[in-house]
Amino acid sequence: MPSELVKREMRTENLPHIWCPGCSHGSVMRALCQAIENVGLERKNTVIVSGIGCSSRAVGYLNFDTIHTTHGRALAFATGIKLANPDLHVIVLTGDGDISAIGGNHLIHACRRNIGITCIVMNNTIYGMTGGQYSPTTPTGDFGTTAPYGNIDKDFDIPLLAASAGATFAARTTAYGIAQTITVMEKALKHKGFSVIDVASICPSYYGRRNKKGDAVKMLQWQKENSVPVKMAQNMTAEELKGMIVTGIFKDVEEPEYTEEYQKIIEKAGGKR
Amino acid sequence: MSKAVLMQGNEACVKGALKAGMRFFAGYPITPSTEIAEGCAVELPKLGGKFIQMEDELASMAAVIGASVTGTKAMTATSGPGFSLKQENIGYACEAEIPCVIVDVQRSGPSTGLPTSSSQGDVMQTRWGTHGDHPIIVLSPSSVSETYYLTIRAFNLAEKYMTPVILLMDEMIGHLRETVNLYDDVEIINRKQPDEPEGNFEAYKAGENLVPVLPVFGSGHYYNITGLTHNTWGFPTNNRKIAGDLNSRLLNKIEKNRKDIESFEEYLCDDAELLIVAYGGSARVGEESVDMLRKKGIKAGMYRPVTIWPMAETRLAELSERTGKVLVIEHNNGQYVHEVERVAGKKVEVGFIGNISGSYILPTEVVKKAEEMYYAK
Amino acid sequence: MERMEIRLAGKGGQGVILASIILAEAAVNAGKYACQTQSYGPEARGGACKAETIISDNKISYPEITVPSFVMALTQNAADKYVRNLPEGTIVVLDSSVTPPAETDKYRLYRLPILHTAEYEVGKAFTANIVAVGAINRILGICSFEELTETVLKRVPKGTEEINIKALKAGNDMDLEG
Repeated sequence: MPSELVKREMRTENLPHIWCPGCSHGSVMRALCQAIENVGLERKNTVIVSGIGCSSRAVGYLNFDTIHTTHGRALAFATGIKLANPDLHVIVLTGDGDISAIGGNHLIHACRRNIGITCIVMNNTIYGMTGGQYSPTTPTGDFGTTAPYGNIDKDFDIPLLAASAGATFAARTTAYGIAQTITVMEKALKHKGFSVIDVASICPSYYGRRNKKGDAVKMLQWQKENSVPVKMAQNMTAEELKGMIVTGIFKDVEEPEYTEEYQKIIEKAGGKR
Repeated sequence: MSKAVLMQGNEACVKGALKAGMRFFAGYPITPSTEIAEGCAVELPKLGGKFIQMEDELASMAAVIGASVTGTKAMTATSGPGFSLKQENIGYACEAEIPCVIVDVQRSGPSTGLPTSSSQGDVMQTRWGTHGDHPIIVLSPSSVSETYYLTIRAFNLAEKYMTPVILLMDEMIGHLRETVNLYDDVEIINRKQPDEPEGNFEAYKAGENLVPVLPVFGSGHYYNITGLTHNTWGFPTNNRKIAGDLNSRLLNKIEKNRKDIESFEEYLCDDAELLIVAYGGSARVGEESVDMLRKKGIKAGMYRPVTIWPMAETRLAELSERTGKVLVIEHNNGQYVHEVERVAGKKVEVGFIGNISGSYILPTEVVKKAEEMYYAK
Repeated sequence: MERMEIRLAGKGGQGVILASIILAEAAVNAGKYACQTQSYGPEARGGACKAETIISDNKISYPEITVPSFVMALTQNAADKYVRNLPEGTIVVLDSSVTPPAETDKYRLYRLPILHTAEYEVGKAFTANIVAVGAINRILGICSFEELTETVLKRVPKGTEEINIKALKAGNDMDLEG
């Protein structure tokens, strides 16, 4: 039976979802619902945008104005939505391939503009929808169907990438640390400007199996044992941090927000909103 | 009538778009369409509208669709290389039924080609540029004043049929400055909205003319938009019956309303014994050629498709059959000519004159070719 | 007025396109039909530049020049390229710094110190295009000097009105026989 939260925020008629048993995307989606309620976002003013991939299917289950866009372009669609109607709360749900490979350009430019959008990356370090190819966040040396001899690419650190590109809020949480995920989501939703949360999600079906990480329970257990708070990580060496998940808020600053700045242009040009 | 002024094609496009109610433009700089972006950057904020220069062409098209789902009339403008990049999200707008206007000011290709030279090499790309069977409406102006009116019409058709509309310009018209007299009194069509109370909404149900009524985001009517094949609530489905019904409706909403969408112009066709077919910039060559041929005693006329897709076939078929000789002029290597051949049928002689050097076809070349056809047995 | 085809050629940065636009706009303001086009290379400054204006009492179909009735060249390159194979009697204006190409005797040739006037009489080299506009209108009689002044004022950048009107006068008053 769905919980009251699920009944309130989700399109229960579309459940069960398409995600594999053990996939953590469902927990992250539920965490978002909780965060939305905790912050008190009005359904009527909340738009949820996604790209393509496993994570992006979440919008079909969320009972809001939802738009499932093209691969990698969710932030570009979201930018149009937010700029056209700045009164809307715009949340983007995306995955690691969607946001940092095909959509990497849109990510850095959304960061640079500091446009008021919250971007939640369900980062399972693999292309799940297409069957387990390596992504820009697959750790070097790990395996995917297209990295049968081990991945030689270096992996992106999404919060660091976002922070250096100009995002004013950048954080990482884990699917295991769902309470922290909810708290950080609340902060991101309340943040004025562009906020990114990289949620370490798990994909037992493809990433886990191919890299011998065990079942979902083992993978979550691993997340628990290998997470380091960002403050603690500051005093650790690169060697010590190898293979660890640094969690917490990397950056939280206030800077001019894009749609507010554009409003000033309108005033300068003598127009009215 | 207003006072005659000198105006550039790209400028007329901006004026038309603003008149139609465009309040959002996203674009990326590209010759020869940049003046449209520049004009929007200046004019939109004066009206409370929004201009944004996106990081690339893909993002511009995406942002335009995003703006449109909030109920804001939105446009982008580009040229060949950018138009290729926009195809992905043009297809999305077709599938998800999001109205928007895409301006393609054609330049010579392929690839980066000749950025400052005119061409009509994208005419088939406007029809089949994005993958899959999809509906599309394409309008092509052949003068600066027509650019103004067709830009307005592009928005009207987009909103009426909930579909992207392409305004197919060419460098010749985009960069041309000429005398215009613009009327202010034009019809403006706005998007239909539901009368139903707020709540979950079956947005993709076929409405009047097979067109759905999509509530704007933020109106309290909740539904899902997707580029996946979807049911009438907007949710993805693999159901073949639903998929077939959706795809048929998408095509039929244009097909069954062709009469309303199609438009064309005739120039001295009533007694014509030789028919010239040309559109956009090449119609300017065609019109001059008709005048020159008439002075030489050859009764030539011109049929000019204004709606390029869907093609207005009925009258073209009549005129081709009656004249028996049709000469198609295009600033490309022969693209639309195959459509004309299809409509004209095997009994009609269809000639072609084109140019792929970036230069304009000279009316004298057309006259020579027309004379050959006219005097041949 | 029968169809008059005016080609202005020079190098990028000389304001040839703006001159061409002003001539077209002045014609429209004087109740005529006009078309104006240009072609240029990738360079914003210094590359070859050509701008064309067609003026007629009748609606203009083909908006490009077929046989020019007037050609102005401000650079040697432009003269070498465009002042050739023109019909007899074509009006040709060359800047006085330009060496006339062969067969110029069959044209109605004017050699005018446009660049020199702009730089030394008006005092700003960038006003050469407006000096040219003044001289061209004297030769072709497209509109009155007052109508032309109005068009120039509308088209030139803010803050340059005064110097451009000085340039227009200098062009208009130029000794055409000189």
